Amino acid sequence: MKPIVEVQNLSKLYKLGATGLTSVRESIESVFGKKKVAPRPAAKMPISDDRSGPEPNTFWALKDVSFTVNAGEVIGIVGRNGAGKSTLLKILSRITEPTSGRAILRGRVVSLLEVGTGFHPELSGRENIFLNGAILGMRRAEIAAKFDEIVDFSEVGKFIDTPVKRYSSGMFVRLAFAVAAHLDPEILLIDEVLAVGDVGFQKKCLGKMGEVATQQGRTVFFVSHNMGAVRALCEHAVLIDGGRLTLTGTPGEVISQYLAASMPKGDGDEGQIAWEDLAQAPKCDEVALRGIRLLDAQGSPASTFEADKPLTIEITYEVLQRLRGARFSVQLLTQEGELAFAATDHLFQNETQSPGRYRTSCLIPGGLLNRRNYQVQVQCDIPGERYLLPAAEYLSFLISGAGNQASNFPETWPGVVCPKLEWKVEALGK
Amino acid sequence: MADVKSAPGYELIVERSSGWLKVNWRELWDYRDLLVLLVQRDFISRYKQTLLGPLWFLLQPVLTTAVFVIVFGRFAGIPTDGIPGPLFYLCGLLAWNYFSQNITTGGATFVNNAHLFNKVYFPRVLVPVSIVVANLVSFALQIVPFAIFAAFYFLTGRQGAAVLSWPALLLPLPLLHIAALSLGVSLWMAASTAKYRDLVHLTAYLTQIWMFATPVIYPLSKVSEGWRWVVWANPMSAPVEAFRICLLGRGTLGAQEVAISLGITVALLVSGVALFQRVERTVVDSA
Repeated sequence: MKPIVEVQNLSKLYKLGATGLTSVRESIESVFGKKKVAPRPAAKMPISDDRSGPEPNTFWALKDVSFTVNAGEVIGIVGRNGAGKSTLLKILSRITEPTSGRAILRGRVVSLLEVGTGFHPELSGRENIFLNGAILGMRRAEIAAKFDEIVDFSEVGKFIDTPVKRYSSGMFVRLAFAVAAHLDPEILLIDEVLAVGDVGFQKKCLGKMGEVATQQGRTVFFVSHNMGAVRALCEHAVLIDGGRLTLTGTPGEVISQYLAASMPKGDGDEGQIAWEDLAQAPKCDEVALRGIRLLDAQGSPASTFEADKPLTIEITYEVLQRLRGARFSVQLLTQEGELAFAATDHLFQNETQSPGRYRTSCLIPGGLLNRRNYQVQVQCDIPGERYLLPAAEYLSFLISGAGNQASNFPETWPGVVCPKLEWKVEALGK
Repeated sequence: MADVKSAPGYELIVERSSGWLKVNWRELWDYRDLLVLLVQRDFISRYKQTLLGPLWFLLQPVLTTAVFVIVFGRFAGIPTDGIPGPLFYLCGLLAWNYFSQNITTGGATFVNNAHLFNKVYFPRVLVPVSIVVANLVSFALQIVPFAIFAAFYFLTGRQGAAVLSWPALLLPLPLLHIAALSLGVSLWMAASTAKYRDLVHLTAYLTQIWMFATPVIYPLSKVSEGWRWVVWANPMSAPVEAFRICLLGRGTLGAQEVAISLGITVALLVSGVALFQRVERTVVDSA
């Protein structure tokens, strides 16, 4: 049987320019009026020489990408912002044309690059379900057949005949995802859509997507910065770096290489990142990140720490509009993308914050972490309501040196953490 | 759970397209439900958003006609071919408003839908087509004031009043002609404004000028021989004149003029589709 998707030497050349830049950056895109955050500023990704195109001011967003996908596979597409992931999905979903090369798609394609595309605020939930379904390529009869299921899944219930402009953002997102999740394409392309909505609903969506893939045998392309989701959902993954496909393999292999590539090399100024310019900072309407630092016991920034010494993660942020019930969370991920732990300042926070600068810091005691690399993910949300700043990896550090039981052995010590525990060894006699 | 629909032999090849005129009719047919829903969306959103709702569409031509009667009829003294002024202007506006509404919204297709087009694929040409169809609703509404005036003049037995007769049944022909023409112009405008955003301002101006080059406020019979060609070079002249013949039984129109206008319409439509397709393939890259 022929593969359901064949991508052959796909390349896309973009022109750089005042207008072209926006699409290159994958920058701030409005989600029903609110602004979504681009986790990494474009200034951090200079266009490398091997991406520059044949003419001045052109560059390869995608260069000679080839791979095949068999029917029923769930394939994760991993890479930094600006690597070309979104360009790949845009070409596969026919939003834009490739410059050269081609892709053969043997099935109906539905792309979900954003939740709620084409929703009209004046139309009711019911009308929007039909409109949105049709925009995504469904026939009216197909939507009608799935209608009750969609309404059930979305939990909007009696509000189904209310104009969606009166919906809360949570209801809006639930309805929009419900439409997309109930489509019946052979090939489903999904880009980072789970970065919105409340946590409970995200879980439900992930579950639904898993079901779509495993039980219904759909082929799914899944782009996400959420390595946990990639690991959980995908059977295969591809790594895209600098517009090229650099690795095809299991999610574990690909995530590991992806995280390794974004690990800091050398010391120097590592262990901190700052956004002096508010325009460049990861932000939403209410809050902006201004800086993150990893501090050693002496309070100076570092990216390598002793296992038995404490380390502090310090986040500086600016509240732009009066904010209620927000929390910052830090997640430590290993190089393989496994979550070591998550921590939040929620209980240590004031309920309401007026505009101004704030600093929140978290002390990780010595004797807890394993001897390995960690990625620091930071996010900000209002629990149970919505995300303000979606989780993104900003910094990484290495735990090395002595003071850890792992240090005494040559092999890599297993486990995401390696807490210092009390052992008691007793001789019990003969 | 539903089974995956196997589509044997279904194969879609995504690659750089070549050629100028490739219309995927089958795909357009597959998306026919979307066309209906886009029309419905336009209709609902338009009437929910305006304060006066459909009433506005009834009032607008009446108010414009009142202005025309005073300015062009009384002050400028432009004759109306023996037809009562209000009827003359209402009839011309009926045709012209449908046309200008189509090209104003249709011409901004890429500008107004940049966000949508950047996120999902569907045949883009459905947007200007849906506008042309949706505007038929406001066209139908605008017939109401015309009918009221016509009935009034008929019942009061004024001179030159329209006697509604069989040519009125032919009205769908010039209407279809205007629909096709406005679609062609929309496609051209959409393609150009996608590349050069500031042309949007120019198109509003152009539409206004265009009205004066069309026999909306003056009858063709009053255009001197030497200037007739200007009017006939304008493809909107023939259908506007045809509207008057259908509804008021008076007008100046020959087969030759109709043929020229139809020829220009077909040329605009075909070239518009080609240009629109050329632009739609990569328009999001510069959005």
